[in-house]
Amino acid sequence: MTDAATAVPAVRHNTVEAGLKARHAKERRFVLYGRLAIIVALSFLAVLLGRIVLQGYSTFIDYRVSVPVFIDPARVDPADVSGANFDVLVAQSVMKQLAVPDDDLGQNLDKVMALMSNDLGFQLLQQVKADPHLIGRTITVKGPLKADAALYFKGQIRRDSDQDTRKLDDIQLSWLDKLKATGAVTSGFNTAFFTHSDSTEPEQAGVLGAVVGSLLTLMLTAAFAVPVGVMAAVYLEEFAPKNRWTDVIEVNINNLAAVPSIIYGLLGLAVFINWLGVPRSSPLLGALVLALMALPTVIIATRSALKAVPPSIREAALAIGASRTQTVLHHVLPLAMPGVMTGSILSLAHALGETAPLLMIGMIAFVPGVPASITEAATVLPVQVFIWENASERAFHERTAAAIIVLLVFMILMNLAAILVRRRFERRW
Amino acid sequence: MLIWAALAALFLFSFAAYRLGRQRIAAMGQSARPHSRPGYHGAYVALWTAAPAAVVLFALIAFGGRIEAGLLRQDAPAAVQALSESEAQVFYDDVRVVAHGGTPSQRDYSGDLKPALAAKAAAARHIESQLLVGGLALATLLAGGGFLLAFRRLNVDFRARNRVEGWSGGLLVACSVIAVLTTVGILASLVVESWRFFAQVPPLEFLFGTDWEPQIAMRSDQVAAKGAFGAVPLFVGTFLIMLIAMLVAAPIGLFSAIYLSEYAGPRTRAWVKPLLEVLAGVPTVVYGFFAALTVGPAFRAGFNALGGMLVGGPLDGLGQYLAQVQNQMALVAGAVMGVMLIPFVSSLSDDIINSVPQSLRDGSLAMGATRSETIKNVVLPAALPGIAAALLLAVSRAIGETMIVTMAAGLQAKTTINPLDTVTTVTVQIVTLLTGDQEFDSVKTLSAFGLGLTLFVATLALNIIALRIVQKYREQYD
Repeated sequence: MTDAATAVPAVRHNTVEAGLKARHAKERRFVLYGRLAIIVALSFLAVLLGRIVLQGYSTFIDYRVSVPVFIDPARVDPADVSGANFDVLVAQSVMKQLAVPDDDLGQNLDKVMALMSNDLGFQLLQQVKADPHLIGRTITVKGPLKADAALYFKGQIRRDSDQDTRKLDDIQLSWLDKLKATGAVTSGFNTAFFTHSDSTEPEQAGVLGAVVGSLLTLMLTAAFAVPVGVMAAVYLEEFAPKNRWTDVIEVNINNLAAVPSIIYGLLGLAVFINWLGVPRSSPLLGALVLALMALPTVIIATRSALKAVPPSIREAALAIGASRTQTVLHHVLPLAMPGVMTGSILSLAHALGETAPLLMIGMIAFVPGVPASITEAATVLPVQVFIWENASERAFHERTAAAIIVLLVFMILMNLAAILVRRRFERRW
Repeated sequence: MLIWAALAALFLFSFAAYRLGRQRIAAMGQSARPHSRPGYHGAYVALWTAAPAAVVLFALIAFGGRIEAGLLRQDAPAAVQALSESEAQVFYDDVRVVAHGGTPSQRDYSGDLKPALAAKAAAARHIESQLLVGGLALATLLAGGGFLLAFRRLNVDFRARNRVEGWSGGLLVACSVIAVLTTVGILASLVVESWRFFAQVPPLEFLFGTDWEPQIAMRSDQVAAKGAFGAVPLFVGTFLIMLIAMLVAAPIGLFSAIYLSEYAGPRTRAWVKPLLEVLAGVPTVVYGFFAALTVGPAFRAGFNALGGMLVGGPLDGLGQYLAQVQNQMALVAGAVMGVMLIPFVSSLSDDIINSVPQSLRDGSLAMGATRSETIKNVVLPAALPGIAAALLLAVSRAIGETMIVTMAAGLQAKTTINPLDTVTTVTVQIVTLLTGDQEFDSVKTLSAFGLGLTLFVATLALNIIALRIVQKYREQYD
């Protein structure tokens, strides 16, 4: 060792030495770039998720107002209950509560009506319709404020901003303060967001219809894609002869996995709607399209799970006289099941978040209710996000973010399920 | 509803057939050992009982409505023949509604149409019940016949297992054919519809025309511009946004992959990799929302402020321009799409870097190279084809990505490479062309299929090249 060290000429030793500092600096810079890249990527993630939570969390709080309304027999005709304007009755009751006189032009009335959701009037209508004896009595209704009024309480409409730039003027804000001070307005958890479907009024819009639509679509997608995908993978991996046909199928499946999702939408439009006559916008149609999209990933995941089962298992089964079908169905497939499940859940989670192909097949329509069957028009969570994002009202923006939170919670749950399955059942050979 | 009940009954019957088959072979098995286990005999009988009848019932569910509609349209009354195609469609829709006891649409039927509606509704009810009865009878016949034939074949020597395995093998093949049929379906639908589009707009004009104005008259009596279908602005816009996305995703993705595979310890890897995967799992509509409502306004405010500072200075012109940029610039969609592609690039490159044999690294390190020198001069050149393939796959993702650009890029078709300008992409146009309410056969709608075909061909070419490279590369080191 010492011989070798002394054998190196002093001059060359110095060149290496001289360059070493610069080279180490380069090394440090290189590592720094790597660290920076990861920090940048992760901070994008943090900003993305943080921004959405910040924009959306306020949706989960809502401000409800309770108003005692005198059902004036002079204004409500028992024979024609629907003909009465309950929104005006509500607004006038609020004005009485606030001791605000109305002017001749009815401007104050309009201003109060702009604060109260028409859900209040609707509730009154339903109650009086169900029980006409209520006419002449005072009923207390409880319901949401209009979305803009709620935005004031949430701090998104600020009093110190210019009056002309916001939707509510100073008088309206002072009324809101007064209502809050008298206890007529209370805040709480927004259950309505989870029990209502889409609506044109932001304060009444909820995600129930979209969640149900998503679940229906997802279940059908799983019912189509998982069995077909698993069986196709079993055939390709365990039974198919190695020839040109199976090569073609293999290349084809790899390429299908990388086809843009919007192309599947075009396929759905041309084949399923125009040719096979599947009803537009229905969960059935959405599931068919998403199943075709998820199929290649299910096949690829299943094949790699089958590949991971050691050949000794197959040989043992064949050796004791099992047929090839029995070997696969009784031994190989059950052992590959955890991998199959994990892969299927992950590709379904991906399908849950898919939007573009569903826009092509008409799922963008406004659907104010919960779909009752798989052939009825429905909407799904990601499409609901897209629809609300396009809405001009500011109050829809926070609801969009909240719908995204709901969507992300579903996706996190599915991914957790996949991780649990993997942890619990995975075998290492 | 009755059909579903029939399906349930069929299920129960075939279950009973299964039990009967088992019992019969068990009874026979007293004297001699049967070839197959009793379960296979049962399954054989059950399959022949259920499968043909189920095909009939499902066909009735899927096509019954169309057969009915076709039969109804035969020998239409004169009053109905006088109607236009779309009016006739409304008429027949109403016929079915009335036949099911509902209230018809707003259209009021007067004169000859009223009795025609009632007559056709009665006919519809008649056809419907006949179809149902016929279908159910056929299914019953098939189920009973199948059961009897299969049941009589049971015998100790009967190779029931081989038969049942034949069925299951056929099912497996059918399932893998579905994957091929998907491709055929995609190609057929794109090519057929594009064919009709190119019959009206010459392909050369579509591929090389520089004007994209698909606004065409929706009704024949409407006065509107003729519409132009030159897709060059869309291709340029798609390319611009893809380029910006790759400028973000390629360096960040590559450097994270290098750091993760060459420097990071197992603990860092265990944390960072799943977190990067989260970025890949976020639905694209969420990225679109983020781009449209957070990144867009932020970039705009930044550029406007910068422009405000420059106005009046030596760069006055640039300042004026920057002060007016809008939310929907190409840069916003491109940058956010780049973030989306980071995990895609990093996980693919990570795999590829990891598959470079350790001996190459060891050799280089033993010669006294630093780790970064090893990576730059040995590992990356060895991994280069694979990394190129990964980047190609990312490019194919970028040009096919829809939601981010739909939400954050504009609709104006401009041929520009200015990242601060608003551009539109192929996918955005497909979405806008197909989400409105329009007739299916208009040129406008068909042009979406033309764009779809172009997109499909482009991504397919990229994927095939990339997958080929990856495959070759794998073979090299395996």
